[in-house]
Amino acid sequence: MSQAVVAKLKSVFAASVLEVKEHRGEMTVTVKKEDIVAICQFLKDEAGYNFLCDLCGVDYLGQQPRFMVVYNLYNITTKERLRVKVPVAEEDAAVDTVSTVWTTANWPERECWDLMGISFNNHPDLRRILMPADWVGYPLRKDYPLQGPDRETYQGRLS
Amino acid sequence: MAKKETMTINMGPQHPSTHGVLQLVLELDGEIVVDAVPHIGFLHRGVEKLAENRSYHRALPLTDRLDYLAPMSNNLGYVLAVEKLLGITELIPERAKVVRVMMAEITRIKSHLVWLATHALDIGAMTVFLYCFREREQIMDMYENISGARMTSNYFRVGGLSLDLPEGFEADVLSFINDMPGHLETYEGLLTGNKIWQKRTIGVAKIGGEDAIDIGLTGPVLRASGVDWDLRRDNPYSGYEDYDFKVITRDGCDTFDRYKNRLDEMRESCKIIHQALDKLQPGPIMADVPSVCLPAKKDVANSIEGLIHHFKIITEGFKPEPGEIYQGIEAPKGELGFYLISDGSANPFRMKIRPPSFVNLQALPQMVRGKMLADVVAAIGTLDIVLGEIDR
Repeated sequence: MSQAVVAKLKSVFAASVLEVKEHRGEMTVTVKKEDIVAICQFLKDEAGYNFLCDLCGVDYLGQQPRFMVVYNLYNITTKERLRVKVPVAEEDAAVDTVSTVWTTANWPERECWDLMGISFNNHPDLRRILMPADWVGYPLRKDYPLQGPDRETYQGRLS
Repeated sequence: MAKKETMTINMGPQHPSTHGVLQLVLELDGEIVVDAVPHIGFLHRGVEKLAENRSYHRALPLTDRLDYLAPMSNNLGYVLAVEKLLGITELIPERAKVVRVMMAEITRIKSHLVWLATHALDIGAMTVFLYCFREREQIMDMYENISGARMTSNYFRVGGLSLDLPEGFEADVLSFINDMPGHLETYEGLLTGNKIWQKRTIGVAKIGGEDAIDIGLTGPVLRASGVDWDLRRDNPYSGYEDYDFKVITRDGCDTFDRYKNRLDEMRESCKIIHQALDKLQPGPIMADVPSVCLPAKKDVANSIEGLIHHFKIITEGFKPEPGEIYQGIEAPKGELGFYLISDGSANPFRMKIRPPSFVNLQALPQMVRGKMLADVVAAIGTLDIVLGEIDR
């Protein structure tokens, strides 16, 4: 079923779909970030993916483009999942918000901004959420030290 | 004509009815809430960052500390996610699956008991608190018996269980679930027909089905808004498809229906535990995948091969092939999801947790706008939030 959705998505947004991958029975579609709002709207209205489970950023330090924003979608009627990803370059780390499509995207997008430093255009309330308001840096980036800034690198082992 | 002014007040982070360290900035017009802005993050420990720097086995204890009122549910979500990433879901032995289901349901009762206790206490019913904690104490004893810890159980392992059930454990569980329906009657007797309880809950903090889906609510809160969705039935895991239970839904969309829903869920949990006890057969508790699964403790203590095996898995870990998966489970508070990415190394490349409380709390401002200040307390209680998993 989700294969059919992906095929439909490919035919409607032929130029936007970059890659389709299946791993352990889960479909992942990588699309261009310019069309993410249109694609999400399409998936919600036409394909029934009415529930945004989760949204997060991933840092592939050393690769181009550096970041991915991942949307885990769920269809409450057919009980199926679909994952949509958009590559985001470090120089232009901003994606259009999907909180216009699903209101629930508000806080996860704030979290993604807070911890990964990817900002969301037209977001209604883009503030830090987990870290203090005056925090400098983005803790979940791969080049952010585990022990925090201004502290000596931990010499022991994590156990 | 008097000037109309609103007043801004702080509720929390040091406030008993915010269930931890939640801060709410409330804008009030008299006693009417104009707006509520939650501030979270006081308990942020960077669990996701820590997990990226540990091997898969070593990241497991971190999950206990998310929703610390339901540690085994978190363990279950995590081990299922790692097993899916490794592709060994089919290899988990039957006994391990049954014990997992049994413990997950006991955990659900444990979590719901704390919810009922604190929710009732917030609204002013002190007695229920004492009764609920009396029953919860029995579950704590079971936890201690099975895993050695009352709260941070860390009992499940990737591939199975850490230890087999202790002697006499099944009898304890049986006597507990035989008594539990009677206890639930007691709670209901104290609350359901109580006029004060009804006035404080019926029609309070309403949210409709469509709005609930849009804002991302899951679990008992969503089901009390008439949406028939339960991951245990709809995307079964750990053998839930073999159990006979009802998914409880109600259409009231208010605090009272969420209360009734959770009580009924506890009754259903008792039924599931009963079936699990019937299914429980002797057998292995660990999958036969030596490259991933820890050896039994008696082998580690008695043979050099077992010791080396244990040492290698703990120091080197295992390396799942590159890929990404998402595993959601029906935790007591809603959908708990783990999104794992492997880059082929021994540590998770990225672990994103979808905590149900985090998303559910987002609905709070919508639920309390235009309502009385006292209803904010009821709304926080009915959402059943735990700051440990909100802040991670």
